[in-house]
Amino acid sequence: MAELTYRDAVAAGIAQEMRRDPDVVLIGEDIAAAGGVFKTTVGLLDEFGPERVRDTPISEQAILGAVMGAAMTGLRPIGEIMFSDFLAVCWDIAANQIAKARYMTDGQVNLPLVIRTANGGGFRFGAQHSQAVENWAMAIPGLKVVAPAYPADVKGLLAASIRDPDPVLFFEAKGLFADKGEVPDGEHVVPLGTANVLRKGKNCTIVALAAMVPRALEAANRLAQDGIDATVVDVRSLVPLDTRTILSEVSNTGRAFTVEENPRLCGWGAELASLIADECFYDLDGPVVRITTPHVPLPAADALEDLARPSIDRIVAEVRQAMER
Amino acid sequence: MAETVSPLEARGPQAKPGGRGELGSERLITELALYRMQVELRLFEKRAYDLFLQNLVKGTSHLGLGQEAVAAGFAVAMRPDDYTFCTYRGHNHTLARGASMTAVMAELLGRSNGILHGKGGSMHLTDVEHFAMGSYAIVGAHLTIANGAAWSAQYRKSGQVAVCFFGDGTTNIGAFHEALNMAVVWKLPVVFVCENNLYMEYTPIAAVTSVKNPAADRASAYGLEPIVIDGNDADICYRSALTAYERARLGKGPSLIEAKTYRHGGHSRADPASYRPQSEVEEWLKRDPVDLYKARLLERGMQSTVLDAIDAESLAKVDHATEEAKAGPPPSPDALETNVWADGGAAWRN
Repeated sequence: MAELTYRDAVAAGIAQEMRRDPDVVLIGEDIAAAGGVFKTTVGLLDEFGPERVRDTPISEQAILGAVMGAAMTGLRPIGEIMFSDFLAVCWDIAANQIAKARYMTDGQVNLPLVIRTANGGGFRFGAQHSQAVENWAMAIPGLKVVAPAYPADVKGLLAASIRDPDPVLFFEAKGLFADKGEVPDGEHVVPLGTANVLRKGKNCTIVALAAMVPRALEAANRLAQDGIDATVVDVRSLVPLDTRTILSEVSNTGRAFTVEENPRLCGWGAELASLIADECFYDLDGPVVRITTPHVPLPAADALEDLARPSIDRIVAEVRQAMER
Repeated sequence: MAETVSPLEARGPQAKPGGRGELGSERLITELALYRMQVELRLFEKRAYDLFLQNLVKGTSHLGLGQEAVAAGFAVAMRPDDYTFCTYRGHNHTLARGASMTAVMAELLGRSNGILHGKGGSMHLTDVEHFAMGSYAIVGAHLTIANGAAWSAQYRKSGQVAVCFFGDGTTNIGAFHEALNMAVVWKLPVVFVCENNLYMEYTPIAAVTSVKNPAADRASAYGLEPIVIDGNDADICYRSALTAYERARLGKGPSLIEAKTYRHGGHSRADPASYRPQSEVEEWLKRDPVDLYKARLLERGMQSTVLDAIDAESLAKVDHATEEAKAGPPPSPDALETNVWADGGAAWRN
């Protein structure tokens, strides 16, 4: 085991796959010579050279189009969209082209590609560089959606995403880039569509994604001091969704909370609440509670941004309040 | 497309072996291929239109009537493994790569024997087996995707060229400019072919474009040579294609070619094209690419019986395709939830 930061785990995952498969190539803005604006691709240009690690102009449509065209003609490309907010300028390629090509051609076109992007808030960047948009991708049939919380999962899920035969949108939580964690040595792959139960409790189940996972876990530790014993589930992958694990953990405790960084409406937790209502209704001891960012664009000022995104304090308070009702 | 008439027979008495040598017979093969392809495309599209009128084709459809010379000229000049990317006006370009006429027709009819088994429709014709990599219905996107195929060919050193067809309206969308810039910077083996049919949907392209030649006048912004060609002349299209493909294969980067042409009908099924002056339509109909090419071949000494035979064979092929397509059943209900993913299914959960 080696201790890596979340950002180093990104490069480690890409490097692992580039070493084993010469068809894996990487493009994006500032990803080669500069090593990425978030330093998530440091060292890749040196190891794999400019043919495989290529800087692009600021042309998000051209990036995703190139990735799609390369994937349909035999490569396994990775394209970086620097901030997930920028997906809005190339959403045509992601949502209309990449997501639909296989279905529309009834299987003629294969798109083994990964779109990596830095997602979420915490840097006081304001409303256009801080959004958590996993739910945009989740709403489009044909896209797999992955959002890891820990360095080991970053490496393992990124490797699995690169090997996956379908297009994967891989959300890197920019608020976690500096976090450190143990990453297994040697080849490490974590299958897509597997939620991870981080803590087993008896009283309630907190389901969280990406940057909200460490907060949910810390909240659970605090709640334990108050006698509320919570299960914490790291969703890790929204599509495919490990409903078996999640719903079973909800049924075990009879109470479900989601912790979502996205704004309120149509967040991933809303879909989960619907699934819980459909399939665990008679196991529930109370309503599903969604803890989300309010339905506002994310503000820049630290005082406001911290208020907007679910904090450990807020998770603790909302869980406690609901459990006391 | 298959030759069914021997080139030497076709040429008549003046085309004896040794008369024009190997080069002459090669040229003849090309001429006949260009003619046959244009006729097949013309008859196919006319039939597609008839089937709309019979309400057998549902949804919309964008015909390439009048634009056959571009499709034929550029396709005949391709290597079999070069990539084609085209737009929703893509029947011509897909057929020109050798896609089954029956399967294309059946796709328009929404049948299970369609080339996409009824799941894509007229605007998304694709035939990967023949390197027709898709018809794209959101304006501009496929220029960037063609770049990707060209990048892949460059990376794999395969010598393939990606050829990307699009309309004049595309030159005003951002993806066009992103794609052109990146193709030049990366020296990609891609050939961009603008089919300027003078109208972006219902509006004259000149009324909404800052320059006279919507593609060619933008070429210099990307360090490319401005190329305007007669898109109704199959020979010119063919020769321009060869030049651009060679440049791409030599690693000299992309080309941008603007082919002036004209669609004989409206933008789509719903459009009678009444916004076009009658005199303009008449002028362009006089320059019908199929008629023009036929006249040229006759002038060059081709026997009319040979061309008449091609006409008759092409019509029989379209008739046959129509019957086969119509005989296909609609897609089965199971098809609804297949092939979202590479495992063949549509599951998003366990």
